Amino acid sequence: MANIASTSASAGSDLTARALRESVFAGLITLGLFVLFVGLKTDQNIRNELILTERWGLLAIFVITAMVGRFLMVAYVQPRLAQRKAAKAAAPEIAKEENFFSRNFSIIAIVALILYPPVILALTGVQGSLKWVDNFGVQILIYVMLAWGLNIVVGLAGLLDLGYVAFYAVGAYSYALLSTYFGLSFWVLLPVAGLLSACWGLVLGFPVLRLRGDYLAIVTLAFGEIIRLVLINWTEVTKGTFGVSGIAKATLFGIKFDASKDGFAALMGLPISSAYYKIFLFYLILGLCMLTAFVTIRMRRMPIGRAWEALREDEIACKSLGINTVTTKLTAFAMGAMFGGIAGSFFAVRQGFVSPESFVFLESAVILAIVVLGGMGSLTGIAIAAIVMIGGTEILRELTFLKAVFGPNFTPELYRMLIFGLAMVVVMVWKPRGFVGSREPTAFLRERKAVSGSFTKEGHG
Amino acid sequence: MALETTTMTMTQDPILKVEHLSMRFGGLMAINDFSFEAHRGEITALIGPNGAGKTTVFNCITGFYKPTMGMITMKQRSGKEYLLERLPDFEITKHAKVARTFQNIRMFSGMTVLENLLVAQHNKLMLASGYTVLGLIGFPAYRQAAKEATELAKHWLEKASLIDRADDPAGDLPYGAQRRLEIARAMCTEPELLCLDEPAAGLNPRESHALNELLQSIRRDTGTSILLIEHDMSVVMEISDHVVVLEYGQKISDGTPDFVKNDPKVIAAYLGVEDEEVEQVIEQIEQIEGGQGGTKQ
Repeated sequence: MANIASTSASAGSDLTARALRESVFAGLITLGLFVLFVGLKTDQNIRNELILTERWGLLAIFVITAMVGRFLMVAYVQPRLAQRKAAKAAAPEIAKEENFFSRNFSIIAIVALILYPPVILALTGVQGSLKWVDNFGVQILIYVMLAWGLNIVVGLAGLLDLGYVAFYAVGAYSYALLSTYFGLSFWVLLPVAGLLSACWGLVLGFPVLRLRGDYLAIVTLAFGEIIRLVLINWTEVTKGTFGVSGIAKATLFGIKFDASKDGFAALMGLPISSAYYKIFLFYLILGLCMLTAFVTIRMRRMPIGRAWEALREDEIACKSLGINTVTTKLTAFAMGAMFGGIAGSFFAVRQGFVSPESFVFLESAVILAIVVLGGMGSLTGIAIAAIVMIGGTEILRELTFLKAVFGPNFTPELYRMLIFGLAMVVVMVWKPRGFVGSREPTAFLRERKAVSGSFTKEGHG
Repeated sequence: MALETTTMTMTQDPILKVEHLSMRFGGLMAINDFSFEAHRGEITALIGPNGAGKTTVFNCITGFYKPTMGMITMKQRSGKEYLLERLPDFEITKHAKVARTFQNIRMFSGMTVLENLLVAQHNKLMLASGYTVLGLIGFPAYRQAAKEATELAKHWLEKASLIDRADDPAGDLPYGAQRRLEIARAMCTEPELLCLDEPAAGLNPRESHALNELLQSIRRDTGTSILLIEHDMSVVMEISDHVVVLEYGQKISDGTPDFVKNDPKVIAAYLGVEDEEVEQVIEQIEQIEGGQGGTKQ
């Protein structure tokens, strides 16, 4: 007993000694690093002469912070972490009892989304709800749909596509141009835009069939730029950088959402407001998202979906099993493109205006980031990632209270990208496989066990 | 020797006929005018020292390489013939019914064992799902086909004694089990000819014994012919009916395991001889070749 106590006491003093030693080292390194950066500063005096300002106090704060930080790290934080790890390893693995929430997650999420507009309407009033339904709801759901579409190409088939926004653009312009030139309705053009985009998916697919990995990524990137440049320069049809404006709105069974006598508001006896149209759009994009999810889930359980995933895992083995990798890849491109196109035509009807500026490479990058952040192949993870990324950037616009903290010149929007980038780095360090890294098997004999992310491959294009 | 092989093939029904196969990589002649036949319902072993070109022959047969010269004919039970060197790689499995495994195992490691076997039945299921369209709208024929596919997968899982691991990721299996899974997966394509590239590599004696039994039961129960590359002589000598020996891309011996085992050329080339024995062996070879009538001198 006494023996154990003495060893632990000596271990404790050992630890303190080590922590002290390391903190001194850390202090010396900090001193060396910052003595010229912080300790001395060149300045101009009143006679425009260069003088040296000494800031030893500031330097001392730097050094002391480093020393204290290192001491606490070594003496307290590291042993605590090691202890926790040991405890975790020693504890027997408890079978995780799935609670009601995690079992019925998707149903709860869908019900919550359906109830979202009325709740917001009740909370914030008709005009107040505009922002919450449109900026948050519709905006996020567009990205959810885009990311779910890209997920088919990148997450399931493992083909890295950096030009996905091209299909979004094709869909948006299909609706904008066909409706302005031929006056076709939204409901006719929605599937048409999907089909046209799918065709462009095939057009992209053919030349890149032989390419893999980085090479594939570069060609798809170029493809996205080609589409954008065509939209800019083909001015007779697309009106170039001016974009197409005055795009017809969608109707609900022929009922228009406007201030006219037979408009939606008048028919329902509601006060005239644009909020109803936004709520209609919210349910529309929610329905489109559900369609995307339904098709994706269904397809994963079909031979084509399994072939996509097998293609991601090992293309050569696929060939040896008699799978036509050419058609498999092309269907993945076409399916992904189709959902991108449908989302695009929705985007056009929502904005009422499209211009090539909406389809820059950054959009592709954001969509791809959502897929990677969410966990490739996982619909739930991707939806969460879309909420975090798009909702997060929108929330930053709202943080006006920060002006009170940092002064009136502080604009949180300017820090959006910085915070956004930092958050992504943190998430990728914490969860390298994305929010949901494991994979749900598509068939099982006895029990459905999630496949750990360490076994699945990212694909090589 | 030549006479003996011809009489043997005359009496039997060849499933695979490789004639004058040559494969050139730049200046390297990997295979040079190589001909052999594999017979229906037999286990044919292709052996040879490292770098002899065995895997290249396999890659030519299964379409991963296009041979520089030569003809590879696959004759199915129905009498239909396919020229494998003219088919694209995936059609060799799909139409000609030749399946293969790989020397370095190629699993779909992130998919479960069962899913691996379902992927192998892709073409059948694709047809049943009406190329996805009918399956997507919930056509009952697909559900039936999927059930049958699972049954077939279960059958092969039991054969390969992997049924307990059916819902585990393939990448989580130990090495020997992955080898068996690869064979089971190839069998799920319902091939007539199964090509195995070193199936016993890295297996311990117990596992390679189990492999022997698996291969023999495949041949016995399904009538599938097997062509295998193998270094493990305990496997080759025990299960194969017919052995072809390859060295530097050329055939040096062809016959029953016993015949090949005692062929001095094979002993010299493949099994290796002690330095002092080399002359002795060469003498033996000369004696034999002299005895054959000196046609080769």
